[in-house]
Formats: sequence, structure tokens, C-alpha cells
Amino acid sequence: MKARIYVTLRKGVLDPQGKAIQRSLSHLGMEGVDEVRVGKFMEVTLAEMARPEAEKLLEEACRRLLANTVIEDFSFEIEG
Amino acid sequence: MKIAVLVFPGSNCDHDAYHALKHVVSVDAQFVWHKEDSLEGFDGVVIPGGFTYGDYLRTGALAKLSPVMGAVRRFADGGGPVIGICNGFQILLEAGLLPGAMIVNESLKFICDYVTLRTETSRTPFTRTIPEGTRLRIPVAHYQGNYFADAETVKRIEGNGQVVFRYCDVAGNVTSEANPNGSVSSIAGICSEKGNVVGMMPHPERCTEPEMGSADGRLLFESMVSWIKENAR
Repeated sequence: MKARIYVTLRKGVLDPQGKAIQRSLSHLGMEGVDEVRVGKFMEVTLAEMARPEAEKLLEEACRRLLANTVIEDFSFEIEG
Repeated sequence: MKIAVLVFPGSNCDHDAYHALKHVVSVDAQFVWHKEDSLEGFDGVVIPGGFTYGDYLRTGALAKLSPVMGAVRRFADGGGPVIGICNGFQILLEAGLLPGAMIVNESLKFICDYVTLRTETSRTPFTRTIPEGTRLRIPVAHYQGNYFADAETVKRIEGNGQVVFRYCDVAGNVTSEANPNGSVSSIAGICSEKGNVVGMMPHPERCTEPEMGSADGRLLFESMVSWIKENAR
């Protein structure tokens, strides 16, 4: 089974990269993009297991390694 | 006296740290590969700078899981002196041995330059012989040295006297112009609550002799040596 994990910077944490990208979009003439926040997207393949078990596993993986909760939030979705 | 210099895949300031310890302050220094799980017999630990695991995922995020980090935790819990420099600091943050996290420099540039630091506390093994207020010229070299912690944590570490170094101008004033990377409260280095674990972004091992442009970094290693002599276990 597959899962998608999203790791994003927490509200209030500065994202200089996102700011630079937002400025570049506006240099391209694309007005109307007010803010860009850059995050990470991870696609993971899991062994077959019950959904609650998979959720527990992903939660732990995010907390212990994939996200640094001092600066990042995470969310995930399990396919199917 | 025996000091461990940890070596991870991607460490690149390990030899500078070894040189500072062995040839400048003349103590026994030994490289310790990250797969080791014991620091038995060592009196101090240096986690050098570099790009462990290519900075994959986040700086220091994978190195925190190396077996040697369990030994570092036990060593630190026992009150032993530990210093993490640059990537070593990032590893200590990721390992939870120090509070906060690092984000990308505000300028989005890799900064490689001499900065001036103001010593904020003499209560750590690495600053005990450096009077508070002393200015040090030490170089930085990083892309992710923008220290971040939420307001509550900053308040707590300020209150506990856990801020060890702040970026300042040559006169010792802490200003936003003198802050090279955007770090909250101009923080360049912090320590654990007990004070024995120190993390700093600037590189003291790169300036231990006048030929290097500054010898101020030597003061930190001399301070550690004096602390260990006094607290001989």
C-alpha cells in the first residue's frame, strides 16, 4: 500500500525560499500569488497492513524522523 | 586527558578539531567513528562540522540516529563536556540534546566569513575561562545557521542563562546588521540547562593560531581542558 506524506513549515517559521519564489513569480508577471511556502512531499510504500496500523506507523515515522516538529507540521494520506 | 572527535559520513572539520586539540592545546585526541556505541574512557566530546549524510532530509537529522549518539547522550547525562560545532550543533538540536532548530539563512546565501561573538556566560566548560562580555573573532560557514525556537522556548533559555554566544558588531553591540543569518535574538551558541552541552554555529577549531587569522577559538579548547582538570573524574 502507498502513502503520501506532506511536511510543511509551521506557521510563523520564516521561509526565505518561499519568499524568493513568490518574488520570482511576480517577476514573471504572475500577479495574484501572495505567498509561497515550500515543503516536502514523500511517497512511501508500506507492507500490507490494517489501516489503523499504517496510520500509527506513519505518525511515529513523522514524529521521530521525517518531520522536525519544532519547525515543521506533517500530514499524510493513505491510498485506497 | 582524552577527547573524542566524532566522525560521521560527511564530517569535514574533524581533522581541524583534532589539530586544535592535539597540536594546539596538547591533549590526547582520538577519532571515534559514528558506529561506535561507547565513549568509555573519554573526558570530552567534540562533534565537528561538515555535511553528515549530505544534509539529507534535514541537517543532522540522519546523524542523530547513529549508534554513537546514544553514547553521547549518556556522556552528557553524566555531566561530561560536549561541544557541537556547526553541523555538530545541528546534530545536537536534532537529537534533542539542545532546544530549538536550524532553518535556512535569511539571505538564502551560504555565508563563509569572520564574525564577532559576544560571550554571554562563563558557566559552560567551554567558556569558564572566558569572562562574560568577551568578544571573539571566529568564522562561520553555513547555509542553515538561522537559529529558531518558539517565543516560549527563547524566553526559557534566556532566563536559564543558556545563551552562550551572540553575534555582535566589533564594539560588542548586538544589532540586526551584525546578525549574519537571521537567528532569533542573534543567538550563535547555546548550552543545555546544566551547561555541559554546548552548540555553536561558528568554528572555533578554524582559528586557533595567529596564522589562521585569529587565535580566539583556542580559548574554548583551553577552557575545556581547564574544566576537565578541575573536574577530573
